[in-house]
Amino acid sequence: MELPHDALVNYVFPNNTRVWWSAMIVIYPYITGLIAGAFMVSTFYHVFKIKEFKPIANFSLVASLCFAFFAGVPLLVHLTQPQRAWEIYATPHFTSAMSIFGYVYTGYLLLLMLEIWIIYRPYFIRMANRTKGIMRPIWYALTLGVTTYHPESENVDRKVTGFLAGLGIPWACLLHGYVGFVFGSVKAIRWWATPLQPIIFLSSAVVSGMAMILVMYSFIMWRRREPYDFPMIRKLMISLWIAFVLDWALEMLDLVHVYYRRDIDWEEIGPLIRGPLFWTYVVGQIAITSFIPTILLGYTVLSRAWGKKLLYLANVCSFLLLAQVLLMRFNVVIGGQLISKSGRGFVDYEWDFLGKEGLFTMMAIFAAPFVVYYIISRFLPIFDGDMAERPGKASGHA
Amino acid sequence: MENMLPNTSDGSVDGDHDSRREFLKHLLSGTATATVLMVFGPGVSKVSASHNQPRQGYNIQTEHEFAYVIDVNRCIGCGNCVRACARENAVPPGVFRTWVERYVVTNDGHVYVESPDGGREGFEEINAELRKAAKFSLTVPKMCNQCMDPPCVQVCPVGARFRTPEGFILVDNDHCLGCAYCVQACPYGATFINPVKKVSDKCTWCYHRVKKGKLPACVTVCPNKARLFGDLKDPESEVTKIFKEDKWMILKPAMDTVPYCFYVGLPREVI
Repeated sequence: MELPHDALVNYVFPNNTRVWWSAMIVIYPYITGLIAGAFMVSTFYHVFKIKEFKPIANFSLVASLCFAFFAGVPLLVHLTQPQRAWEIYATPHFTSAMSIFGYVYTGYLLLLMLEIWIIYRPYFIRMANRTKGIMRPIWYALTLGVTTYHPESENVDRKVTGFLAGLGIPWACLLHGYVGFVFGSVKAIRWWATPLQPIIFLSSAVVSGMAMILVMYSFIMWRRREPYDFPMIRKLMISLWIAFVLDWALEMLDLVHVYYRRDIDWEEIGPLIRGPLFWTYVVGQIAITSFIPTILLGYTVLSRAWGKKLLYLANVCSFLLLAQVLLMRFNVVIGGQLISKSGRGFVDYEWDFLGKEGLFTMMAIFAAPFVVYYIISRFLPIFDGDMAERPGKASGHA
Repeated sequence: MENMLPNTSDGSVDGDHDSRREFLKHLLSGTATATVLMVFGPGVSKVSASHNQPRQGYNIQTEHEFAYVIDVNRCIGCGNCVRACARENAVPPGVFRTWVERYVVTNDGHVYVESPDGGREGFEEINAELRKAAKFSLTVPKMCNQCMDPPCVQVCPVGARFRTPEGFILVDNDHCLGCAYCVQACPYGATFINPVKKVSDKCTWCYHRVKKGKLPACVTVCPNKARLFGDLKDPESEVTKIFKEDKWMILKPAMDTVPYCFYVGLPREVI
């Protein structure tokens, strides 16, 4: 193994023999990225009024909320004293980049819930007025006691939704950009310490959110045997292509900059990416899940692919990009810790499967938003056309 | 050694709330500035490559200013200090509040470093091949540097880690979440999550002993006076004399954390 600083043997500091931030801290920025990215898709219609995205505007918002419910769970699992997690609200230490997480995350969750509630308010009112039996009190509770809906109410709600969606954009940027700052501000870890980190995290969040929305949309339409909205898919692929080219350019800029400087950073980062990170970073993140989708997305957009061809290309690209962002999170979070602070060796990362922070827990947490989405979709009309199909047609303005 | 620290009313380590609050205020304003500089400045990864001297920051205006001196030329690598520390502070196996590294630098510029079990039981003889190629060999004790500008304190999300006015970085065990952000932020690998207490842990220079006028456990057992501890405000203290001679060095000066652990005779190969 190639070692930095003329080391003869792999030497890591005695307290540095393990990776302290493991799978949970890989999935935490991945989930927050999906929240921010899915929310961005919803704003394409709610804020920017791009009509092609109208059919998936509410869907993106609900998907974002489902991910938001579980964004804090990996952190809780990771803490060795999870019962003290409330202290981040009670005694935040504002010199720490991590200290504002509680407020930013909770605020964003509330914003999402409020926006969704306003969008679905007419539906709740309709259901509360029409439903009988055990469900009625639940629908009634969701109306907060207001069971009439006037045209003026619709006007006010539309304005509030637009305002919340507009407010949500910088908030989403803050939520995820600051996750990047948590890593980028650690000067002790060369692989993390770059002011580009928040922007890279944010742009990759948008990419993963768009890709996830496309994959979920395709799967749901396939299950429901409903026609695909190809104009929307095409528009989403154009947005995804632009977002990913920007994201990848930033990632490569960071790497090329370190390489070109040839200073002490490269002394340690060079052996890292040629050694322990070669397969996950060079092969996985760059060659397979970045290069291929860039070409495929370019072809999809420029060739004016349509129908099944568009659908397949869009899904292949989205799956690859979801893997790209996951690999990016892994390579950043784990990769940074593989360089021992001894400067003369690399830490071994041991995959944990059934442990507290193992792969099984990671997959369980990642599956949870989809389960919640399934439950919500049993009760709420998620897609634009669903409103008309439900009993007691409600006039949602989404 | 006389009682060097002011007693707090409850005898607890964080009794000086006013000073701490004052200190936190400074940290807050300093960090806000640093954050702005980091975002809009030239970038954190370029931590002054040409900056091989510590910054001129050793000017604390407090009654005491404790410092630790390690004379590398005097260390014989016996491991007494590691064992004493583990006993004194109930340090579990596998983690270390202090450890000793052995460096063997070869004639062709390669560096062999080891620290078997933190150097707790000393070191075996260097093998013949390495001995033949060796230019020099030495042992280097390591520990928390009790920095004046400690990244571990800065990043603690709940303020469980703090610096006393006398220069001790301490952890409030009842407040620590165990997020390990401090572990990531420490450039010296001195912080760890205690596998028994499940909270962040590290060397405190035996604050509990110093408070009673004693020396840190590692200092008391060092047979060759390689480890020295004292108050820089005391003109008779050995550490003060060494500090004034200005021949000391610090670890990782480019990190700019202003450590209070000074090394004498530190070769450039030591990281």
